[in-house]
Amino acid sequence: MIERRSVDALIVGGGPAGLAAAVGLWNNGIHDILIVEREKHLGGILRQCIHDGFGLTQFGMTLSGPEYARKYIDDVVRMGIPFITNTTVLSVSPSRIVTVASPDGMIRYEAKAVILTMGCRERTRGALAIPGERPTGVFTAGVAQAYINLYNRMPAREVIILGSGDIGMIMARRLTLEGAHVQAVFEVMPYPAGLPRNVEQCLNDYNIPLYLSHTATKIHGSDRLTGVTISEVDADMKPIPGTEKDYSCDTLILSVGLIPENELSLEAGVKLDPHTRGAYVDEHYMTNIDGIFAAGNVLHVHDLVDYVSLEAERLAAYAASYIKNGSLPPCPLPVECGEHVGHVLPQRISGTSDIQVSLRVREPLQNCRIVVMQDGLEVFSRRMRKAIPAEMIQLNIPASKLSSQGGLTVMAVCENE
Amino acid sequence: MQKLYDVVVIGAGVVGSAVARELSRYKLDIAVLEKNLDVCFETSSRNTGVCHGGFAYDPGSLKARLCVEGNKMMGQLSEELGFAFKRCGKVLVGNTDVEYNQLLRVMEQGKANGATGLRMIDEDELHRLVPAVVGKFALFSENSGILDPSMFTIALAENAAHNGAEYFFDNEVTDIRREADGIWIITTLQGQFGTRWVINAAGLGCGKISDMLGLTGYRIIGSKDDYIILDRRLGHLVPMPIYTVPSNTYMGIHVTITTDGNVLLGPTAEDTDDLSYYGVEQRNLDYLYEEAVKIWPHVSRGDYIRTYSGILPKWIDENGKIQDFKIEIIDDVAPCAVNLVGIESPGLTASVAIARYAISMMLEREEFTPNPSFDPIRKPIPRFEQLSPEEQAQLIRKDPNYGELICRCEKVTRAEILQAIRNPLGCATMASIKYRTRSMMGRCQGGYCQMRISRMLEEENGIPETELVYMRKGGHPFFGKVREANKCDLEVAK
Repeated sequence: MIERRSVDALIVGGGPAGLAAAVGLWNNGIHDILIVEREKHLGGILRQCIHDGFGLTQFGMTLSGPEYARKYIDDVVRMGIPFITNTTVLSVSPSRIVTVASPDGMIRYEAKAVILTMGCRERTRGALAIPGERPTGVFTAGVAQAYINLYNRMPAREVIILGSGDIGMIMARRLTLEGAHVQAVFEVMPYPAGLPRNVEQCLNDYNIPLYLSHTATKIHGSDRLTGVTISEVDADMKPIPGTEKDYSCDTLILSVGLIPENELSLEAGVKLDPHTRGAYVDEHYMTNIDGIFAAGNVLHVHDLVDYVSLEAERLAAYAASYIKNGSLPPCPLPVECGEHVGHVLPQRISGTSDIQVSLRVREPLQNCRIVVMQDGLEVFSRRMRKAIPAEMIQLNIPASKLSSQGGLTVMAVCENE
Repeated sequence: MQKLYDVVVIGAGVVGSAVARELSRYKLDIAVLEKNLDVCFETSSRNTGVCHGGFAYDPGSLKARLCVEGNKMMGQLSEELGFAFKRCGKVLVGNTDVEYNQLLRVMEQGKANGATGLRMIDEDELHRLVPAVVGKFALFSENSGILDPSMFTIALAENAAHNGAEYFFDNEVTDIRREADGIWIITTLQGQFGTRWVINAAGLGCGKISDMLGLTGYRIIGSKDDYIILDRRLGHLVPMPIYTVPSNTYMGIHVTITTDGNVLLGPTAEDTDDLSYYGVEQRNLDYLYEEAVKIWPHVSRGDYIRTYSGILPKWIDENGKIQDFKIEIIDDVAPCAVNLVGIESPGLTASVAIARYAISMMLEREEFTPNPSFDPIRKPIPRFEQLSPEEQAQLIRKDPNYGELICRCEKVTRAEILQAIRNPLGCATMASIKYRTRSMMGRCQGGYCQMRISRMLEEENGIPETELVYMRKGGHPFFGKVREANKCDLEVAK
């Protein structure tokens, strides 16, 4: 006997995307909402991001993660949007039955719309299959960040960082400020994975060297980590024999990529795009399952939280319309990646409404144009002096430029090609 | 030294734990000495977790006999002790005439060993049983299976403890001598233990302990096996272990399935003299991928969760030939000492059969009084994830801690973690919780749950953060607090 309840919109996850979706739904007239958060507090990963740099786009000022989250949480509380914490969603069915568990018991919600905002998780050492021993002292950047900022535990003294993702660079600075010694950051790609501002503010300002085209090829230590072997890599990212160098350290921090956390989505029958590892969505952020929407890092990994919030707000407007009308306009036209483009969202559009397209280029480009083609014709373009994989590119394309026939291809065209 | 034990078992791997559990059927004071901080931190948890059929060993050997016996016992043991075991069968897959003949020889050898349920199957039947495999024919062993090797060991040990055996962890044996009155004095890094009987179940340390007992001359080498663990997502594509055709010395690479649904690729089987180095080599990871993909084309690096390595202790002769299990009591050199040497594969399958065989040798020399209060049952920690929603709801009503999910990937609750910490053997490490609950074993590898679990272990054990251990002695995750709370912080926290 499991209690059943119904709700207009059930939001899975009370991080930045879920909070913005909730506020957005409320502002669009949907008030029968429930945010389900597994942690004891709302805010998601922002709670442990105590550095600043959040909110420039959304609020015109630079805030810490908790401050940024607080702005949305205050809205949620002021509006009286229902939320439950310390509650885990166990399953989402294709018919939008959401089963949740908390110490108070289990409840099955029948939702008119389910909003997936579960965020992402970090790639681990095991996923990379770094050879060597398995001592204590290998942490993903986010785990080290949680230990230091939320749990008051110091996991490191003498540190090597593998991967130049944004959290890795932020942790290089954070660890330095807390008295650890960060020897270097190593990145397998020939360019930094994270934002240029973090290279400046987190590494260069603290004289922490960043070595590109390097990777960890062996981990040493039987109990606590004693060292890491680093090698240079060739153009195919394969370690070059003879370039091995041993670094003595007690901690290896990994910042080697984020993976949208879609296990619940898969159980619900949601199809994933191998490029983003998030759902295939249409221009309304609806997945292939009717009434199930997704936004934020569970859909594709963002570099700025402001864009997560904006995306979730756009989703909320569409989801509100879906809840009121029971459907949304059909989106039969596919959107595909062309030359130099690693992924693109949404993957389906109507061709009859304004759309926002998000994309990332595959490699750093200079003096290029981002071009959107429909049925062989260029319908939109933007000139860019510089485009890098670390920075998401967003294009707002008005309906007037689009036709209701033919799929889109999004590509980058460089001048020297 | 305060107490005189009837039996001291050296080693808390699967064999030592099986011996302790089987001995606890008698009224005996039993101590188990283990150098690690918990059971099954070496070979017993670092293997493929296959319950072998008994066809791969020379007829007449102890390996053959005890494997077949152990295999037959496994169903009952699993029911009594509450660990996962599935008699799912196993296929040895081949393509060439030479391989076909080799498999026929293996089948005949199996029959001579008393293994049942062995037959050759053609490509059609192979693909009905294991659709995802590449191969033209196979030897099918219907009585082979899979088990959870660490939980099997934990269950044996917890049941032994429940029936009175005492466990002493962090007690590496450094010296053994025999007093004039026949009492064995065993010195460890922590103290001394006096006992009438001693049992060498030291696994990788069997050669050292054997020497200490005066039973010298055993040459032990390690066979090091590297493995790759894949995401549970792929589990449905491996309904039973898939082996290649074995040679006389190497079972070949296998694609197997764990009782939790993860796919395993391995092992590599390399001789080594270093019995404590668990590093995984890049060339082995490449080799495992290349070989596995030939028989099971679904391997993708994107599904890697973790790699690991295990070492099997092999007793070899002067020519390097691998020998049978040695289970002996040499009355004129080391009376009342049971020496177990070279217990490698199929030691997991055979463990309880090995224990009973060893005890039968003791009973030939001394009569033990049955323990009337022996309880063969060890209740497992109810696993939230494996229950129906109705059962889950019921469990939460009984214990609200079942409603707090700590590990998201494997859906492990606070209640399960607390039961793991409060187990009868004690819980000194984070890995002890991992092996008992599967928390931190999923695809995020503890990214979400390890902070909570480390805090729970600190609180339950009442230890400062600097004393917390991940697995190995000295493997401390923390150097201290980031900062000590001062009065001002405490007021802010309020």
